[in-house]
Amino acid sequence: MDADPTVVALGEDLGRGGVFGQYRDAEGVPLVKRFGPDRIIDTPISESTIVGAAVGMALAGIKPVVELRVVDFALCAIDEVVNQAAKNRYMFGGQGRVPTVMRMPIGIWSASAAQHSQSLEAWFAHIPGLVVVTPGTPADNHGLLLSAIASGDPVVYMEHKELWPTTGPVTLGEAVPLGKARVARAGSDVTIVSWSRQVQACLDAAEQLAAQGVQAEVIDLRTLWPWDKEAVLNSAAKTGRLLVVHEAIQVAGFGGEIAATVAEHTHAKVARLGAPRIPVGYAPVLEEEARVGPAKVLAAALKLLQR
Amino acid sequence: MPDLLSLYRTMVRIRAFEDAAEISSQGGVAAWGKQASDKPALVRGPLHLSTGQEAVAAGVCAHLKPADLLTSTHRGHGHTLAKGADATKMMCELFGRATGYNGGKGGSMHIADFSVGMLGANGVVAAGLPIAVGAAQGLKIRGQDAIAVCFFGDGAINRGPFMEALNWAVVYHLPVLFVCEDNRISATTESAAMTAGPGASARASSMGIAAVQVDGTDAQAVSEAAAELIREIRAGSGPRLLHALTDRHKGHVSVDPGLYRDPAAVAAALARDGIARARARLVEQGLGAQADQVDQAAKAEIDAAVATATAAPPPDKAAAYTDIQNTGAGVWA
Repeated sequence: MDADPTVVALGEDLGRGGVFGQYRDAEGVPLVKRFGPDRIIDTPISESTIVGAAVGMALAGIKPVVELRVVDFALCAIDEVVNQAAKNRYMFGGQGRVPTVMRMPIGIWSASAAQHSQSLEAWFAHIPGLVVVTPGTPADNHGLLLSAIASGDPVVYMEHKELWPTTGPVTLGEAVPLGKARVARAGSDVTIVSWSRQVQACLDAAEQLAAQGVQAEVIDLRTLWPWDKEAVLNSAAKTGRLLVVHEAIQVAGFGGEIAATVAEHTHAKVARLGAPRIPVGYAPVLEEEARVGPAKVLAAALKLLQR
Repeated sequence: MPDLLSLYRTMVRIRAFEDAAEISSQGGVAAWGKQASDKPALVRGPLHLSTGQEAVAAGVCAHLKPADLLTSTHRGHGHTLAKGADATKMMCELFGRATGYNGGKGGSMHIADFSVGMLGANGVVAAGLPIAVGAAQGLKIRGQDAIAVCFFGDGAINRGPFMEALNWAVVYHLPVLFVCEDNRISATTESAAMTAGPGASARASSMGIAAVQVDGTDAQAVSEAAAELIREIRAGSGPRLLHALTDRHKGHVSVDPGLYRDPAAVAAALARDGIARARARLVEQGLGAQADQVDQAAKAEIDAAVATATAAPPPDKAAAYTDIQNTGAGVWA
């Protein structure tokens, strides 16, 4: 926002710094104190208009960063995301561009139950015109956000709520390109592809595999659209086995896209692991049933290694 | 204040454009109880005509500058022409040609000319309202001396984005004019059967937006009302709403004969046609010859537009993959 006066942010509760503190500076001061209410726009609870207005602002020469609190609430603005933002450039033959970043945090978080816990990234990856970003580390969150704002088109930006308190080294101003995966752990026996919060679950499982003499290569996709097909295909061809892991429901998830692509292009054995097709329940035992943790990743990897 | 002859010219151009588009939309697929003809239609897909509503587009847009921004409905040809778009490039778009405004990617429902501030017709009812308030907010943030105008129909007031957008415009005190084109029919259903309360003006008033009701078939009346509201908005009043009672002469889409409508109501609407009444007034004022010239010029302009569109090339197949961020199957460009 310092570098580009046309970048603004809008959404509910931005005036107090965002419900997760995303709109506060390092000292915890709400950004509105620094940038004023024209650039940190505290909005009514009007998701359709938050996104629709962002489209209009973009067409008037502004680069809006839209806060939707959680992806579950972005569903109240699905027309504006899918029919308006994503299609604008194409429908109007390139007359218009909609440079907007729509932040829709995903994932299970703190007993938030069925309407505050979903991981709907596959829905948006399906829509032409949208880029889908799923950072897994603080450095990637910073670098991918810079690239998303600079991209000049609508980006669905999905942070996992459990990652908010994560700390780690960040080089300010260092952009991470969209569509370029990160090898989170090198290995030769099995490729595990994941993104967002689940990368850590995969790394934990990989440590346990290593104790059993199996070297897993863990790839953090970083962005689901575009996704780094080349990195995944090369790794799967090398290890001969591919496991895709995501917190989203397994059925019709993005894991299916990756598994199919790898099956089409390599001889690798493929498997995918996602949540069962159930809403996320409130009680700990129910919530845990929907979560894809290291134990489930380890079991799925061992099963794949035995095939 | 624009004179009646110039308002008449805008209305006649819109009528000529839509009459020609309607003729070109006949044929093709079977729909609305009509058989398909062997001859494929030149204008394919849904063509939503604003025939009968021209006075609203003419009266409002007469007071807009190129820098003012405009969002429209699925019935947007009139707004686009009145805002200053080129009829030939519009007709090319309706014909799905590469030389159309959208390169053949949008058609009638997405007709737009961003170069004159016309940000697009929209296939989703009420979708233009949030975009318009955002455009107004963008103009305000950038300190631009311009306003946004949003056309919408009476059906749109029953969707949430209408309420959200009006509230938003008040909260941020935005330079936006909401224009309800109230033709009293939502697709094929009488709006009165679906709408609680007295309608758009009352809903606007409840949120503190001053609203003015006007005969939307009378271009001069619309022009005078719009002039005052736009003057207030430019002076910093915040949002205003113009509620124009108008008539849709035709069916929901061009191939819809509208047989579900009350014939007496349609006859009454045709009898108060704004173009015929404007013409009679011009004749009374001794401007009949000028009106004739306007009619002839519009016919010639639109005939030429149709001829150009007919001869224009279709888009290249490769264009299907352009104007999308990251096109195709995983290829990052």
